[in-house]
Amino acid sequence: MAATDEIRATSDSLLTTEGPRRPANAGQLTRWTLLFLGGVLMVMPIAYMISTSLKWPHEVYNLKLIPEEPTIENYTYVLEDGRFYWWFVNSLIIATITTLSNVFFDSLVGYTLCKFRFPGRYIVFIAILSTLMIPTEMLVIPWYLMSQQFGWLDTYWGIMFPGLMTAFGTFLMKQFFETVPDDFIEAARIDGLNELQIWWTVAMPLVRPALAALAIFVFLGNWTAFIWPLIVTNSVEMYTLPVGLSSFGDEADVAWELIMTGAAISTLPTLVVFLIFQRFIIRGVVMAGLKG
Amino acid sequence: MADLILRDLVKTFDKTEVLHGINLDVRDGEFVVFVGPSGCGKSTTLRLIAGLEEVSSGSIEIAGRVVNNLEPKERDIAMVFQNYAIYPHMTVRRNIGFGLRSSRAPKAEKERRIEEVAALLGMTDLLNRKPAQLSGGQRQRVAIGRAMVRDPAVFLFDEPLSNLDAQLRTQMRLEIKKLHQRVGSTIVFVTHDQVEAMTMADRIVIMKDGHIMQVGTPSEVYHKPANTFVAQFIGAPSMNMIGGETAEGGIRLDTGGMLSLPQPLPPGRKVTLGLRPEDLMPDHAQPLIEGPVAVREPLGHETLIYVSTPSGEIIAKADGRVPPEVGETVQLGALPENVHVFDAATGEALG
Repeated sequence: MAATDEIRATSDSLLTTEGPRRPANAGQLTRWTLLFLGGVLMVMPIAYMISTSLKWPHEVYNLKLIPEEPTIENYTYVLEDGRFYWWFVNSLIIATITTLSNVFFDSLVGYTLCKFRFPGRYIVFIAILSTLMIPTEMLVIPWYLMSQQFGWLDTYWGIMFPGLMTAFGTFLMKQFFETVPDDFIEAARIDGLNELQIWWTVAMPLVRPALAALAIFVFLGNWTAFIWPLIVTNSVEMYTLPVGLSSFGDEADVAWELIMTGAAISTLPTLVVFLIFQRFIIRGVVMAGLKG
Repeated sequence: MADLILRDLVKTFDKTEVLHGINLDVRDGEFVVFVGPSGCGKSTTLRLIAGLEEVSSGSIEIAGRVVNNLEPKERDIAMVFQNYAIYPHMTVRRNIGFGLRSSRAPKAEKERRIEEVAALLGMTDLLNRKPAQLSGGQRQRVAIGRAMVRDPAVFLFDEPLSNLDAQLRTQMRLEIKKLHQRVGSTIVFVTHDQVEAMTMADRIVIMKDGHIMQVGTPSEVYHKPANTFVAQFIGAPSMNMIGGETAEGGIRLDTGGMLSLPQPLPPGRKVTLGLRPEDLMPDHAQPLIEGPVAVREPLGHETLIYVSTPSGEIIAKADGRVPPEVGETVQLGALPENVHVFDAATGEALG
């Protein structure tokens, strides 16, 4: 172990040590400029979000990035307003359950479609994929009618049910399970595991990066979901964060500084989720059990 | 440990029949190697024995029990895969212990088995490592350990050495053979490498296009090949084939030479003569065929010479120290008892 640590340390130092500098050529300059512009484009909205959250209402339409009289009054207001906690908790519960559900069911279906041969397999796969072509906006009406019939309006279940399993997630997991060699599965079969155990103890750990990616996508998607929660919820206590935030202000005026404050606070959990799972993504698919 | 019996084993994929009635008896404790070119059905046969594929017709018996309809785990077999298939997210200890999951033995007993197998494979120090920290040979050893720990009736090996480099392959070959001698279990080993087959097997099963071409000890398949396919498949460089016709007292080669046979065959029959390169000697008292040396391949202790003859290129072995020069005409001859005679039409051995 000591030896490998040493090797790792050496390779790290090799990576960080700066080699002799070569003058940048035109191609590199263009690349850097484009990357810089792209970076600015990405960062600007976030910078404005933070900046606006630190402004007084009268200053909101003054587009200066640095507030003239910075204040944390908005944060105090939002955090002291009980509604914000409700929405935060609602969003957290919904995004967490949906994420767990997706990771479980998408991978179960993806695995089945990938590793089992059964009649109609291809048709099922195509049917699942084809639902990807239908935009949410179109599905909202049938979902709503369904929720109304079943009495799901204004409930957690009502908000969550359309996203508990996704075609995209199933497709993603199927593709990733393709990278798991059949030898692993057959070896496990000979070792006496049943199919569910093989999926859980052998196949799932091998696609951990994909599961992490899926978890991030699903969590973010549900954390920021707006249209469906807006339609299916009626009472303020059932709002999710994005829906709740948009309700700040009154008919005459939108309280941008409060919305931005809420938005700034609401990015924190997504950051946490990302930091937890990105480790798995960056580590990449480990296939060390096989000759590579 | 047990007998393995295959009876009229047939496998069809969709509508294509890939195994056409395989019959084989493997005795308890025997090391049997299936060898043949790709697509000959050797791996399919192994997968049928393992239960990874369903038998189309015929039967598989392990230890006196027909296992056709049993799950792999119920067949009392263990398999080692070409790609090792050891789980990268588990330590060596867990990988080896994985085969014991379904066993009801107490935990201490399982631990003892794992330690025992690890010791046998010389891996005790590596038990807490992950596969990523192991070399190719060590990984394959873990895979073998996982199979051994269950103490199965039959071990199945599916080309386990083909991913290793040449040196390691030779080493592992020896280790597996030693292991077999020590443990004495029944082993079915699949390979496309005839050297592996020759060096490891008690008996070799040579397959082609879903048929068994010959079953025999390494010496039998080498010295008494049943047909031209076996004759050319076993042995490197491969056996030379020369056309001819039986005549009074021997065989007249298409090129004109005459070879007397110890046991004469009825005259007037088209035959193929098989001559191993090492049996063809330059400057023989009774030359059979001659031609200029086209290429030399020095191997140190001997030199392979490729001789251009009217019957095509013939490979012979010459002395390593003073081999004939390229372009030099050599006369090649062989002792009659070293000549293999096959029917020209069917390829079956005669006499």
